[in-house]
Amino acid sequence: MLFFILRRSGVMVLTALALTFVVFFMTNLTPNLEKLAKSEASVRMSDDQVASWLDSHGFTRPLLARYGEWLGVVPGWTHTDASGRVTGRCIGPDRAADAAPARCGVLQGEWGQSSVFKRPVSEILARSLGHTGWLMLWVMLVMVPTALLIGVLSGMREGTATDRILSTFAIATTATPEYVSGVILIVVFGSATAGISPILAEWGWISGRTLFQGTATSAMTKITFWNFGLPVITIALYGIGYIARMTRASMTEVMTQQYIRTARLKGVSFAQIIVKHALRNALIAPFTVIMLQFPWLLNGVVIVETLFNYKGFGWTLVQAAGNNDIQLLLACSVVAVLVVLVTQLISDIGYVFLNPRIRLS
Amino acid sequence: MDPLTWPLILAKMAVQFVPVWIALGLTFALSWHYRRRLGLYGQLYDSSVGRLGFAIVMFWVFTALFADLIVTHDPLAQLSGMKNALPGAPVKGSEGTWYLLGGDNLARDVFSRMVMGARRVLIIAPAATVIAFMVGITLGLPAGYFGGKLDTALSFIANLVLAFPVILLFYLLVTPEIRVTGIPTALAAVLFLFPVIFVAVLLNSRYFTNPPRRNLYVGASLALGLWAYSGLAFNMDPTGLWSMDPNLLNVFVSVVFVNAPTVFRIVRGIVLDLKSRDYVAAGQTRGEGPWYIMLWEILPNARGPLIVDFCLRIGYTTILLGTLGFFGLGVSPESADWGSTIDDGRRLLAIYPHPAVVPALALMSLVLGLNLLADGLREESMRD
Repeated sequence: MLFFILRRSGVMVLTALALTFVVFFMTNLTPNLEKLAKSEASVRMSDDQVASWLDSHGFTRPLLARYGEWLGVVPGWTHTDASGRVTGRCIGPDRAADAAPARCGVLQGEWGQSSVFKRPVSEILARSLGHTGWLMLWVMLVMVPTALLIGVLSGMREGTATDRILSTFAIATTATPEYVSGVILIVVFGSATAGISPILAEWGWISGRTLFQGTATSAMTKITFWNFGLPVITIALYGIGYIARMTRASMTEVMTQQYIRTARLKGVSFAQIIVKHALRNALIAPFTVIMLQFPWLLNGVVIVETLFNYKGFGWTLVQAAGNNDIQLLLACSVVAVLVVLVTQLISDIGYVFLNPRIRLS
Repeated sequence: MDPLTWPLILAKMAVQFVPVWIALGLTFALSWHYRRRLGLYGQLYDSSVGRLGFAIVMFWVFTALFADLIVTHDPLAQLSGMKNALPGAPVKGSEGTWYLLGGDNLARDVFSRMVMGARRVLIIAPAATVIAFMVGITLGLPAGYFGGKLDTALSFIANLVLAFPVILLFYLLVTPEIRVTGIPTALAAVLFLFPVIFVAVLLNSRYFTNPPRRNLYVGASLALGLWAYSGLAFNMDPTGLWSMDPNLLNVFVSVVFVNAPTVFRIVRGIVLDLKSRDYVAAGQTRGEGPWYIMLWEILPNARGPLIVDFCLRIGYTTILLGTLGFFGLGVSPESADWGSTIDDGRRLLAIYPHPAVVPALALMSLVLGLNLLADGLREESMRD
């Protein structure tokens, strides 16, 4: 087991290095750097000026060396200009040239400076991840129990009316991407002119103009049911269908097993069979699915945070990518890649723990 | 003129869709009559889920085909006074025409844009899925069949792409700057080569024993394939018949790139399962080449799960294309595709919901149809 985890972690680190290198390469393409030079220094720079700016800011060094600098395994660049002033990667306004460390990269915990927000990347990232953490927590709290309940209810008696209705619901939600369900939910619950809000307002059942709020901006300071409900449901809906279908498939399979029949013949009640015998075995497969759902949730988070204007991780990623904020985008991609890889690892290890039939060697 | 009421709007839309109803009716009547002779497609008509899904999908396919007959206005025309017009609003200055589903914030007809958007979505999504399948099959078959180092290397690359958050990949791949660097063209050069290789190897392994025929088929497919390849990947087709807008190429390539590794994993898994079957051993004993066994023995037996996944994957690709449009990546602002129309409409969502809701419902119904169709196919293909 230990060897398995070690090997998987080794592959994971290798994958993470390869992926971050790809992102580094893609964000540090020449056109992006030229755009950065123009936005940082002056828009009306000539090509020569751009080249010299890039040179004096360490962007002309070989790509691998720059990747090493960013990672923190290669000493940062230094540049001495005509007047003898020394600038460098690790030298900043609050750190003199002689006091600066040789290496400063991600490994040293230095993520650089965001060019859009003009603040340290680590600060922006910490705040946005905090916001997204709350969103994910509520999504998980809504999504997982609902999905498992739907899956178990429709899988325990295959082919009944309950099964058909719940399965149709599950298919419908998997066919509705977040940008569609979000739009529809806003129109139905969060619009002052359409949906149910005008009717409710007319009856005097709600004090405001809309039932739910169409944006989640206020949820960044205080989360309430009314400003956070729609974004959470939007992300959860898409996942519910998928997890429910997987649970249903696994539940129907378990229900045909011999030990279920034996339990029935012994005279155990149906509810007891479901809770004591079927659920334990039926919930192994959904566990993997839930873990592997994280990468897709990341997609949902980006869409929903953009749609509801909630300044979390996804919103930050979009801002970084849209405004050519290289350091911030790199940091965002490290987080995204790590989330994907760690959940894959957990799902593999968890699967082995839950299912004793799997042997590793 | 008065604005139309909802029953009238629906009736007028139904009239506009008459070509679609006729085509749908003909398809269903003919297929129902001959369903016992049509194999898996005919069996589809035995399941109600499959019939419903197929009807929805074909509705959109025919809408895309007859889009020119269905639209009521030019989808790009901006008529004065129709900005954010409500559904059923009469067009000012021309008697007897309405904006059936209202106007968007640039005073264009939402209904016509939705219909035209179907055409764009239904060309790109299936085409990208086909290419992704060709890439996945061409790489997945040998990876599963031969195993070893080839399998390890290809699987590592596939996992690498799969571990990449889709949205980040899109933001990196589908930007105007990246076109300057030639990365999309290079990716296209690699990805578009696989269909050519696939068809050539397919025909070569089949007609290997009959050289004149083999030369004819392989030569013809190579000539045709490389002709299309030069036009699509490099935009260097001398006749100009095959060409792709660079924006579209960007979008297309990234969608294929995201989908191909999943197909690879599915194909590889199926091959690992099937290669221990007796008919594979029989082929090996007969002295058949590995590619013949892979393409003409294993692949036809793997068709069930592959067809099902193909349907699901078109839906997934549609969602991906919509995501790209939603973030305004790689599409022209004029474009009527559903994703970017939703993005346009969401800015005024709380006041004028119709410009965003119409394409949203269209996209949802198409993906739902594809999902139902896949379910029906799965049900029927499991039966035999």
